Amino acid sequence: MDPFETHTGRVLPLRRSNVDTDQIIPAVYLKRITRDGFEDGLFAAWRKDPEFVLNLPQYEGATVLVAGPEFGTGSSREHAVWALQNYGFRVVISPRFADIFRGNSLKGGLLTIEVPESVVERLWELAESDPSSRVTVDLQARTVSFADETVSFDLDDYSRWRLLEGLDDVGLTLRHTEEVAIFESNRPTWMPRTVAQ
Amino acid sequence: MAVDQTARTLAEKVWDAHIVRHVDGEPDLLYIDLHLVHEVTSPQAFDGLRNAGRSVRRPDLTLATEDHNVPTLQIDRPIADPVSRIQVEALRKNCAEFGVPLYPLGSDEQGIVHVVGPQLGVTQPGMTIVCGDSHTSTHGAFGALAFGIGTSEVEHVLATQTLPLKPFKTMAITVEGELPADVTAKDLILAVIAEIGTGGGQGYVLEYRGSAIEKLSMEARMTVCNMSIEAGARAGMIAPDATTFEYLRGRPKAPIGADWDSAVQWWSSLPTDDGAVFDREIIVDAAKLRPFVTWGTNPGQGLPLSASVPDPAQIADPAQRSAAERALEYMDLTPGTPLTEIAVDTVFLGSCTNGRIEDLRAAASIMQGRQVADGVRMLVVPGSVRVRLQAEQEGLDQVFTEAGAEWRHAGCSMCLGMNPDQLAPGERSASTSNRNFEGRQGKGGRTHLVSPQVAAATAVTGRLTSPTDLTDASASANVNA
Repeated sequence: MDPFETHTGRVLPLRRSNVDTDQIIPAVYLKRITRDGFEDGLFAAWRKDPEFVLNLPQYEGATVLVAGPEFGTGSSREHAVWALQNYGFRVVISPRFADIFRGNSLKGGLLTIEVPESVVERLWELAESDPSSRVTVDLQARTVSFADETVSFDLDDYSRWRLLEGLDDVGLTLRHTEEVAIFESNRPTWMPRTVAQ
Repeated sequence: MAVDQTARTLAEKVWDAHIVRHVDGEPDLLYIDLHLVHEVTSPQAFDGLRNAGRSVRRPDLTLATEDHNVPTLQIDRPIADPVSRIQVEALRKNCAEFGVPLYPLGSDEQGIVHVVGPQLGVTQPGMTIVCGDSHTSTHGAFGALAFGIGTSEVEHVLATQTLPLKPFKTMAITVEGELPADVTAKDLILAVIAEIGTGGGQGYVLEYRGSAIEKLSMEARMTVCNMSIEAGARAGMIAPDATTFEYLRGRPKAPIGADWDSAVQWWSSLPTDDGAVFDREIIVDAAKLRPFVTWGTNPGQGLPLSASVPDPAQIADPAQRSAAERALEYMDLTPGTPLTEIAVDTVFLGSCTNGRIEDLRAAASIMQGRQVADGVRMLVVPGSVRVRLQAEQEGLDQVFTEAGAEWRHAGCSMCLGMNPDQLAPGERSASTSNRNFEGRQGKGGRTHLVSPQVAAATAVTGRLTSPTDLTDASASANVNA
């Protein structure tokens, strides 16, 4: 995973709440067995409408998606994160994310930021009145800056450190293999195993 | 009541029993007792292992099956869709290479991953269970801490048999009283989701408790826990009790002899202690519940079947109002229309929510001697091969096919429409599955979530119907024949 420090980009204003993972990428697009190429499935149903915000030329190249509350509800498909990243998004801002989507995004290096609905509204208004406006996200300082305001956001220290360093969780956990082995040696022997015993 | 600092909830007990490593300021490293795998969310995880030269730490705590994209017709032939076939072949190759046991299409143990685990008895109280599928919450019905994970986490569990996790908050959903005779576990959970909203459970493990929950069968408890994710919660749990133990006894992977006694002793220690404090509690009066259906495009947009399509203008919250407006436009519904006047083209009976034997029995008892309405197609898709075989032994397949329904092979099928079982644009379904998102069952398709009983009655009349509203005229033969 590439380290994430700061990012400056333009906003795609998605004025919808409950953007579920079936909208972000419908199930029929989940059949690829690689981690790339999912951009063609991003918002596939909504993109059929030429007026859908992702199709508007003034937002081409936007890298910061700003949406309403309950973004990413539904399935555990990490393909939703890959589709957003493959399309070119680096940051998603919403008043509230679904847990699994949030976890997947932070593990994969897509920064998801929760801010109050009033801030989302101002970001939408900014992007709609001037699509060329830029937003800067500073992960070190945990701030989002746009127009003449700077808003702080919460992110736990551990997730922030992993993103700043671009660290791989598996590699981190494998440092504790001995502790895992000790735990295993204490598990009850009657616990179920999936292969013939 | 005084707060007892040593009293713990069920979720906290299971969590604490699985901590491999705890360091302040870091997530806890939790041991995972069972990792369920399917074809859609695993290929990139196995690739990750291969690229890093890593192995699967505990293939014996890992179990794979083929469910999400497999066909439910002509399963003895190669999968027609080449992309689906490649995905299934990738799972077979990965399981063979890494030593993971797999129940492929054609095996007697194949089926939806959340139906397979419980019926084998590998799902047991007090376990930690994960799968790259959000409906892993199903297994919480046994008092396991079970939740869906993404593909990066699938790779992590394959490599280490652990997951770094931040503690959840706890929420009690206490359902007291007697459920009316025509109200099912599905109605109960749809009503709970409508009450707390699709984000209401975010960050929580839900514990369903109270006299109405204690009376539910294991399969009904699975239906309830299955849809916890639809309220935004990653996991739902129910305390293990005699019902749980009776369900498990004698299953292929359940402990036996002295091991059984040790297991029951530990399982019996798991229920939430008196005086334990939940971060939030919701009280539900079971007697007030009614058959419930969704009218919108998220599972929180539901109402009693006796109600009418809501008027968005009456909704105070602007975000909810605009969501309702969008939903009604997509669903092509007019405010004020009685829900029982909504006509459907398709009825889908199946899924990890309602694809078990009790669901098929309940639907068959209503369809016995009746016919699927003209112009309506009904798909009956057992949750697993075992469920299918059991149903055939009981003659339920005959009831469905004689009524004009299609009797299919096991899989996720039309719940998510990854295989050929899909709605066409503009088609409307009554579905026993778990999500009514736009396009979920096929591009442009419209979904109403219902119980198996309402699904069966709806198939008979062609419009959303409660079984109690079926007249004798709709039965063409003696029901007791």
